[in-house]
Amino acid sequence: MKSLLKGVLGALAIAALSTTALAETKLTIATVNNGDMIRMQGLTDDFTKANPDITLEWVTLEENVLREKVTTDIATKGGQFDVLTIGTYEVPIWGKKGWLVPLTQVDDPADLLPAIAGGLTVDGKLMAAPFYGESSMVMYRTDLVEAAGEKMPDAPTWDDIKRIAGKITNKDKEIYGVCLRGKAGWGENMAFITATSNSFGARWFDENWKPQFDSPEWKDALNFYLDLLKTDGPPGASSNGFNENLALFNAGKCGMWIDATVAASFVTGKESTVADKVGFALAPDKGLGKRGNWLWAWSLAIPAGTQKEEAAQKFIGWATSKHYTELVASKEGWANVPPGTRTSLYANPEYAKVPFAKMTLDSINSADPTKPTVKPVPYVGVQFVAIPEFAGLATTVGQIFSAALAGEKTADEALAEAQDAATREMTKAGYIK
Amino acid sequence: MATQQSRQLGRLAVAPSVVALFLWMIVPLAMTIWFSLLRYNLLDPNYACSLLTPGQLFDEANRCFAGTSNYYYFLTDPAFFKAMANSLILVGWVLLISVVGGTLLALLLDQAIMGRNIVRLMVIAPFFVMPTVSALVWKNMMMHPVQGFLAWITKSLGLGAIDWFAHYPMTAIVIMVAWQWLPFATLILLTALQSFDEEQKEAAQMDGTPPLSFFWYMIVPHLARPVTVVVLIETIFLLNVFAEIYVSGSGGRAGNLPFLVYQYGLISNDIGGASAGGLIAVVLANIVAFFLMRMIGKNLEG
Amino acid sequence: MARAVSTRRKWFFTILAWSVAFVIFFPILWTVLTSFKSEGDAILIPPKFLFFDWTTENYGIVQERSDYFKFAMNSVVLALGSTFLALLIAIPSAWGMAFAPGRKTKDLLMWMLSTKMMPPVGALIPIYLIFRDFGLLDSRGGIITVLMLLNLPIIIWMLYTYFKEIPAEILEASRMDGATVWKELVYVLTPMAVPGIASTVLLNVILAWNEAFWTLALTTKDAAPLTQFIASYSSPEGLFWAKLSAASTMAIAPILVLGWFAQKQLVRGLTFGAVK
Repeated sequence: MKSLLKGVLGALAIAALSTTALAETKLTIATVNNGDMIRMQGLTDDFTKANPDITLEWVTLEENVLREKVTTDIATKGGQFDVLTIGTYEVPIWGKKGWLVPLTQVDDPADLLPAIAGGLTVDGKLMAAPFYGESSMVMYRTDLVEAAGEKMPDAPTWDDIKRIAGKITNKDKEIYGVCLRGKAGWGENMAFITATSNSFGARWFDENWKPQFDSPEWKDALNFYLDLLKTDGPPGASSNGFNENLALFNAGKCGMWIDATVAASFVTGKESTVADKVGFALAPDKGLGKRGNWLWAWSLAIPAGTQKEEAAQKFIGWATSKHYTELVASKEGWANVPPGTRTSLYANPEYAKVPFAKMTLDSINSADPTKPTVKPVPYVGVQFVAIPEFAGLATTVGQIFSAALAGEKTADEALAEAQDAATREMTKAGYIK
Repeated sequence: MATQQSRQLGRLAVAPSVVALFLWMIVPLAMTIWFSLLRYNLLDPNYACSLLTPGQLFDEANRCFAGTSNYYYFLTDPAFFKAMANSLILVGWVLLISVVGGTLLALLLDQAIMGRNIVRLMVIAPFFVMPTVSALVWKNMMMHPVQGFLAWITKSLGLGAIDWFAHYPMTAIVIMVAWQWLPFATLILLTALQSFDEEQKEAAQMDGTPPLSFFWYMIVPHLARPVTVVVLIETIFLLNVFAEIYVSGSGGRAGNLPFLVYQYGLISNDIGGASAGGLIAVVLANIVAFFLMRMIGKNLEG
Repeated sequence: MARAVSTRRKWFFTILAWSVAFVIFFPILWTVLTSFKSEGDAILIPPKFLFFDWTTENYGIVQERSDYFKFAMNSVVLALGSTFLALLIAIPSAWGMAFAPGRKTKDLLMWMLSTKMMPPVGALIPIYLIFRDFGLLDSRGGIITVLMLLNLPIIIWMLYTYFKEIPAEILEASRMDGATVWKELVYVLTPMAVPGIASTVLLNVILAWNEAFWTLALTTKDAAPLTQFIASYSSPEGLFWAKLSAASTMAIAPILVLGWFAQKQLVRGLTFGAVK
């Protein structure tokens, strides 16, 4: 027993020592387990060679776990991280609260795509540097569309999508016309449904923060979404998120998939069985002047109160630089560089050869976070509403819509429940007096 | 028998554990009660209410104090009753499956079978699997409607793929959780069976006592006590099942009370609401525990 | 005749038991098998059972991405440390309850169990703030304390039931011989209760190893155990079935092997006083 005690105490002592005795500056970087982030972890030698006094320690987590940990930590000033990976939703809220340090060493800030940089700027200061940006677009199987006797327009309408999906679907062969997100979550099905609803002219709130789920636009949008997925979607659509759909598409089971532009490099990559048969088109519209695409950027930021701000600034500068882009290109090819952040990347003739480059840029440029939908709104954000209450509310609404997709309730019931939930939440939070 | 002195010593020996658990209970509890009375959203500019000195708080009372509104909103949330029902369904079904299934399995494993040790290893294995891994495995490898193994079986049988998490989320959760706790029940009941007097068993066989009545009049009373233990321990853990629901992403429809509290606290960042919800959950859990003790507690006496 | 019946009976129960055991064990078996497949084979329908190209590349990829041994080491330290610390407090406590019971001993025991009723997430922010103020975030000491407190009620209960079965006369005899209480505890009681203590340790190592809420919430890197390791594989992009299987296998293998080796001990001791 004594030796066990000694062992435990010894292990504790070693653990305590090793954290203090090592390297001068150790950056703890919280990041999400997306492909581009994992790739960066393999390339950090380039950074540490140039900065031998800095060591990097990665905390790689699944998106939701990461968000919860980082939010808890920054809100309680726990100080566990020096660099955070956060999205376009958090930056304006946290920036306004003074929880983030303005970035000073970002490589050529004027080169950042205005649509992306705009969402990361608070009071004229860049609070987070985009690591990769994304919009959403249609990815489709050229062979299946052709076999159906159709042609995909570069800028399709929702009616085109519906018609083509209907022709492709062949449930006996497990080919489904369209794969869309159905898994409940504000960053999962609600990202897609909100962006889609924008193109139908719907909005979350009117100018007085009154929820709008009782509007005819929402009714059209939700009915269309449910109908499309129920007739031409895969089984289990209500638990499919980005990853599940990616797996389905790569396995050749989806005719079309409307999702994040970053997926393009995966569906044309080596793990895809359909890599040479993929075409791209803009997200669909309804003829109302707004397309159903979103805008998001996974970005790096520094929490206020870190002792290691200087090193963190240096690291973010490196990770979001043109130099890093070239490094990835030289090692892994142009198709694998983090997309959607810089004008110069899209001016590069090498990158222009990548099949999805132009469509990604066009998609990003056609999204406007300040005017997301047809009617005026009091909020910023395309597929989200940049207020602290949104994540919780949209998760609840996402669960309701996901249940509707699973056939547990009708679209009307779902909308009524969503309206109630939103009214409750907004009243509780004091938006509705 | 116990002298005055040994009583005192006994108290002294019990003291550290009581103090430790009392602190572990009372400090978070006090803070939770305090937070439940505040408007405290982690992301809200007003969050600093919880950090103010009493004097400042007095000045800012209007802004900070939520009164009972956190409790009001939690109790009137339509999700609350569903979560409560889900909690009870989950606990009830898993208990039923593990007690009935565990008894049958224990009886089976108590027979003279070949390779009993290996069989026992296989049966108890799920108890060692961490809940997060179990949820990932069931969700992705077994119950996935396209790539899942169960989908392949049902399709081969001509039944078509069952989309577990979309159509039967509660069933799916019950299966996952029961898979983990059935082995635990089996283990305890098997131990109890093996302690059963061999001579009695043989005597009963000699007498030609029919197996069913032997089971009913001899084995069932013998198992009453271990079953009580299984029910008690499992209830404590089952009331707080979280990882399985969280990881499988079925919190929307199969979410229980802990999951709802989580949704308030970590998705909405509404610490005030989550604190109120946590306290309500504790009260309800203790009510369940109280009735449970009333019903089965006498088996533990003696 | 009787012999034939009993042989047939034996075969029947053997086949039945093996079938049931196989079904229960199958998800684990399937995960282990899948971890040796390529990502393409992993999602193949109809699935391949044994005849696929066996590969260990998934393990290589997982190890390269996250240092498995660091997480595993933390899991070991946390599980053993918290169990050991809990024993230090629980043995005297259970001794006191078993041999010098008061009128309220049963109630005390039930109260201890009831401390496990709070949904952890309800107490997260208070604990997080306390940990922050004491500098315990992401420290092994801090998380060991929490795991110890989580399991303490169960440990005390288990030990209490073992101690109660030890005849008090033996202790009195040793006391007659002039043994102090401490000696009585260390030299008489503890050795007699070794099987019980062993199974208590085992059960609690398992519970601590698998605890996934507090370990995820309160650690980030230095003290992060395998629950954190698995969290970075839970839904990555791309085809992930085989890699997920490999990571899952790595996370559960140590405890599964331990459990299997020690299962006799566990089975013998896991009664909570249920057997009389």
